[in-house]
Amino acid sequence: MEEGKNISQSLQESAAAYSIIHEKFGDAVSAFDANETMPFFEVVDTSLWTEIALFMRDHAKLKFNYMACLTGVDYPAEEKLGIICNFESLAVFNHKLAVKVKCARNGGSIPSVACVWHTANWHEREAYDMFGMTFTGHPELKRILCPDDWEGYPLRKDYKVQDQYHGIKVPY
Amino acid sequence: MQELDTAGLGSVRVTRQSDTVVILEKDLATEQMVLAMGPQHPSTHGVLKLECLTDGEVITQAEPYLGYLHRCFEKCCENVDYPAVVPYTDRLDYLAGMNSEFSYAITVEKLLDIEIPRRVEFIRVIVAELNRIASHLVAIGTYGIDLGAFTPFLFCFRDREIILGLLEWASGARMLYNYIWVGGLAYDVPADFLKRVKEFVTYFRPKARELSELLTENEIFVKRTLGIGIMPADVAINYGWSGPMLRGSGVKWDLRRNDPYSIYPELDFKVPVPDGKLSVIGDCLSRHLVRAWEMDESLKIIEQCIDKMPSAEGFNPRSAIPKRIRPKAGEVYGRAENPRGELGFYIESDGKSTKPLRCKARSSCFVNLSAMKDLSKGQLIPDLVAIIGSIDIVLGEVDR
Amino acid sequence: MGLLDAGITRHNMLVTSVDNVLNWARLSSLWPMGFGLACCAIEMMATNASNYDLERFGIFPRSSPRQSDLMIVAGTVTMKMAERVIRLYEQMPEPRYVLSMGSCSNCGGPYWEHGYHVLKGVDRIIPVDVYVPGCPPRPESLIGGLMKVQELIRMEQIGISRADALKKLAEKSVDPQIIIEHERKGVGA
Repeated sequence: MEEGKNISQSLQESAAAYSIIHEKFGDAVSAFDANETMPFFEVVDTSLWTEIALFMRDHAKLKFNYMACLTGVDYPAEEKLGIICNFESLAVFNHKLAVKVKCARNGGSIPSVACVWHTANWHEREAYDMFGMTFTGHPELKRILCPDDWEGYPLRKDYKVQDQYHGIKVPY
Repeated sequence: MQELDTAGLGSVRVTRQSDTVVILEKDLATEQMVLAMGPQHPSTHGVLKLECLTDGEVITQAEPYLGYLHRCFEKCCENVDYPAVVPYTDRLDYLAGMNSEFSYAITVEKLLDIEIPRRVEFIRVIVAELNRIASHLVAIGTYGIDLGAFTPFLFCFRDREIILGLLEWASGARMLYNYIWVGGLAYDVPADFLKRVKEFVTYFRPKARELSELLTENEIFVKRTLGIGIMPADVAINYGWSGPMLRGSGVKWDLRRNDPYSIYPELDFKVPVPDGKLSVIGDCLSRHLVRAWEMDESLKIIEQCIDKMPSAEGFNPRSAIPKRIRPKAGEVYGRAENPRGELGFYIESDGKSTKPLRCKARSSCFVNLSAMKDLSKGQLIPDLVAIIGSIDIVLGEVDR
Repeated sequence: MGLLDAGITRHNMLVTSVDNVLNWARLSSLWPMGFGLACCAIEMMATNASNYDLERFGIFPRSSPRQSDLMIVAGTVTMKMAERVIRLYEQMPEPRYVLSMGSCSNCGGPYWEHGYHVLKGVDRIIPVDVYVPGCPPRPESLIGGLMKVQELIRMEQIGISRADALKKLAEKSVDPQIIIEHERKGVGA
């Protein structure tokens, strides 16, 4: 029971943080998804993403100074790719919030937030490596885990592994 | 006195004494050299490649290249059932398999919303803390080797073998355990396990002291690490650092305390941060000290767990494990304090499949290492080795 | 004074073949390249450290391929790493031996099916002499594998190829299946 109360308290904090963002950006952000495991909202107007990010980091009542994670996701049904960022106000307010940003599956791009949080730099490179969306304004967008001349984007749902890499057979 | 321009080849300051020209200072042209370090190099702790741009002995830029151990963890996760992901999480941070399993297990349990037997929680914490000590022993031992001290390495591995023996006794494997399952444990601990763990705790206390005498109070070691690679707290947070790295910069942040999970809120332990007396806050020595202090705290946690442990009567470690793990549709981000920092898992379930739709591991080493470029600027090449060692990377977790 | 010394002090002379002396010298100072790739590297380190102490066999890791005669491929070889492994192998002087340690470098291990970026067996790029199974192999099994390399060296002669030496080794060794069946019978009886 004790724990259940705790979780809902953190949910309230997230909702309060969301309402500040919603007040400022209005329809650019979607409604708040108040689930217990990972409360999040989606950025509808993708072009405003960097501005929202800066606002989230610097607003006196938000102070999301810590980006815990940036995950790339493939949504084949919607023909979209997306990223999910988990934020936390580390050692200031301790509230958490997740943000989703989506773009078109082919040739889509998302504004980069590497200038806002250093963490995003390598994570965005990883998302590009695995899914193939581009991040506009990223200082050096190139593959990070796979070799530079790797074919395809491995974590897309329809990925087919290449037969040969530099003359070495790839499948088992 | 005059300055001669030698057409791009540097400048020479000369003066005239009667008829002869005396050279006062020669500033010869220097050229930056590219120095590749790794992927096969004894002090990169695995297959990390650093491409350093050096001006003499000074590094102007060090660019890490990763992916030499990219083992497609996330692709594997999307293709196997939830319980089958556990062995793969072992192979992320192979020095701390128990902690990785723990992190994954609590994440899926959060999504499933199930209750875990209390004894399971205690056993989990004991094995995770034992593994934390083993992992820090490797970190400290190999850090000693990097800086030219071989003996601590042998001492560390001697004591680590005892921990591995204990964990092998419980799980059946020395390094990659597959012991902490979603919803429970593979087995209960053997009959005399707790007694032996207690014996280990009493054995290890003086050994930890001996180790710190060998390294922390060693003049050479301190000279090599004090004031090297300083990272201010706010930049560290912006870089997303966590674990001993962040605490080394003076931020009192420990997920076991600040975002508590399992039974950690009931336990009494300190979160050690450097106070600036022994080291400069944020330097390599601070990070080393935090690891050394954390081993003491882990011993304390283990002792308390043994004392408070519920009895084994009628205990089934697999009682809460669901027959078939198929969480409701939703997303979760769960995390736990690994020896190297925050290991988080983002898991998305579609509610129909027994396989995760997306499973991303947020690796602490990957994030900690991303500050390498900033940390190494303007340092000497030997200091670069000290900095890599203090980050304590495990390439399995960096590249996944 | 060892047994060998006690045997030759009387006449101060030892008659043996060149092959024997060469092989003895080679097998008692195998210098592997300290070439850690993944989890198995930690077990390799543990084997080198205090409890298992590989140095009693004359095995001491070297950091440079040019000074070593044995390559222990300890861990997962990825596509990005494959070319480096080939280059390191080519930098080693002859005679050189390769020991593949762990399931990943034997056949891809747990990543054989979905690991798009994992090389499924290091024998696809360099010739392997001895395979050590396990994920990761215990230090004891690594030592067993190293003993096997020493046995292989013992089989070598001037004028016969490595393939012939391997054949001779195979003839000499016992099929593990026979031992397993023998043990099973013993348990049954």
